[in-house]
Amino acid sequence: MRLQIDGLVQRFGTATVLDGVDLSTPDVEALVFVGPSGGGKSTLLRILAGLDVPVAGSVAFEGERLPREESALRAYRRTVGTVFQSYNLFPHLSGLDNLLLPLVHVHGLTEAEARERVRGPLERFQLAEHIHKRPAELSGGQKQRVAILRALVVQPRRLFLDEPTSALDPEMTAEVLQMIGELKSTGTQFVLVTHEVGFARRVADEVAFIGDGRVLAHGTPGEVIDRCPVPRVHGFFQRILAES
Amino acid sequence: MVVSCIMPRWLAHCVVVLAFAALIGLAFARVDSTWNWQGVWAYRAKFLQGFCVTLVVSLSALVVSTLVGGLAAVMLGSRSTLLEAAGRVYVEVIRGTPLLVQLLIGFYVVASAVGLENRYVVGVLVLALFSGAYMAEIFRGGMAAIPQTQRDAARAIGLTPWQSLRLVILPQAVRHVLPAVAGQFVSLVKDSSLLSVIAVSEFTLAAQEVNSFTYSTLESYLPLAVGYLLITLPLSSLSRLLERRFKYEA
Repeated sequence: MRLQIDGLVQRFGTATVLDGVDLSTPDVEALVFVGPSGGGKSTLLRILAGLDVPVAGSVAFEGERLPREESALRAYRRTVGTVFQSYNLFPHLSGLDNLLLPLVHVHGLTEAEARERVRGPLERFQLAEHIHKRPAELSGGQKQRVAILRALVVQPRRLFLDEPTSALDPEMTAEVLQMIGELKSTGTQFVLVTHEVGFARRVADEVAFIGDGRVLAHGTPGEVIDRCPVPRVHGFFQRILAES
Repeated sequence: MVVSCIMPRWLAHCVVVLAFAALIGLAFARVDSTWNWQGVWAYRAKFLQGFCVTLVVSLSALVVSTLVGGLAAVMLGSRSTLLEAAGRVYVEVIRGTPLLVQLLIGFYVVASAVGLENRYVVGVLVLALFSGAYMAEIFRGGMAAIPQTQRDAARAIGLTPWQSLRLVILPQAVRHVLPAVAGQFVSLVKDSSLLSVIAVSEFTLAAQEVNSFTYSTLESYLPLAVGYLLITLPLSSLSRLLERRFKYEA
């Protein structure tokens, strides 16, 4: 995907969360946003996913500008998948029904077609055994993997993952990161917000460092994480890598 | 404490009901009264007719009040300030005034003005409007209890606002509102007794009339208590049944 962001501004009340984001990426498969908490990564991702409309500025994927008007945005959201930090599965439905709901009600598959569609992915990600349980009966890692699958089975053009492992313990984090790694190896395009710098380095084609509501650096993982000339960015990774 | 832990629930219920009945029985025994059940028994058809009227009126009002409450809840949550204000004024005026006054104004003023003469229909409508105001607040609270993240997820998968309401928000809100709605239904059934003031010959009016014929107050009103329980207890059971059906952990 080629992403072009120009002069993106987002405000909530009096707080300016994005203060003129500019970013132009080459044609990449995995784009990763890293940076300090409160720096605007998640706000940016929500705009890219078509969930929020910015105050000013524009976003274009493959040269195609995101609409601002709700019904056109909804049509856009149907072509992409979004995964949230807190899973956001529907608690009143079983894991399976969570997967079937968008297929049946948004993408017009019959119940039988939808079940057929999810069977392979469920086997592949070892979720078939637990899929009849309600979300409350699943572990955090299982919940997030079901949530990723829910976004994936509609065959989206790309996935948006908003800190998908931040609510998980290390073991479950590994479980979810492995799944995302597999997606990468099968050519699924995604934009990922994460604090897992090691994983970002491994999986990203392009890394953008977001801080203070701007893109402070972007480039290959090596360029941004290991040898960034911007002191703010360099210091950030020095501190994180020193701790781990 | 130990006993209550191992006793089956149905048995526990029986024990409590029997103990309560015994207490009430004792109280009645101390009041030195001679019973006149024969006098009241002669009017059993009147009781039965009143009971049926109460049952039909309550159930009709129950259905209408759910619709009214739903509509008013939508108004309360509306982005249009005019609709929101209309919903708010309706809820506050109805909740803040006695049902008795609403019935009198509804029947003698509003219904007369529009030429609606059937007192049963007026009774059902006023009762439904009264109960609907409470239902509106219950529904609004139930919807507000669904976290924003659920709406986000519904939008993210591309649901329309109506689909999101139908497939995601309402099924979860039902679970939140069921206990309060059941309580409101029970209140509605008992509130229907006030319809006697516009001469709807419902259950309470029947008891009042029998009392005035026989001068046997307790014998006239005790069947009333039993009759209302016959309507409200199944409502409570139904609510518990539905609660179990909709049960899941958030």
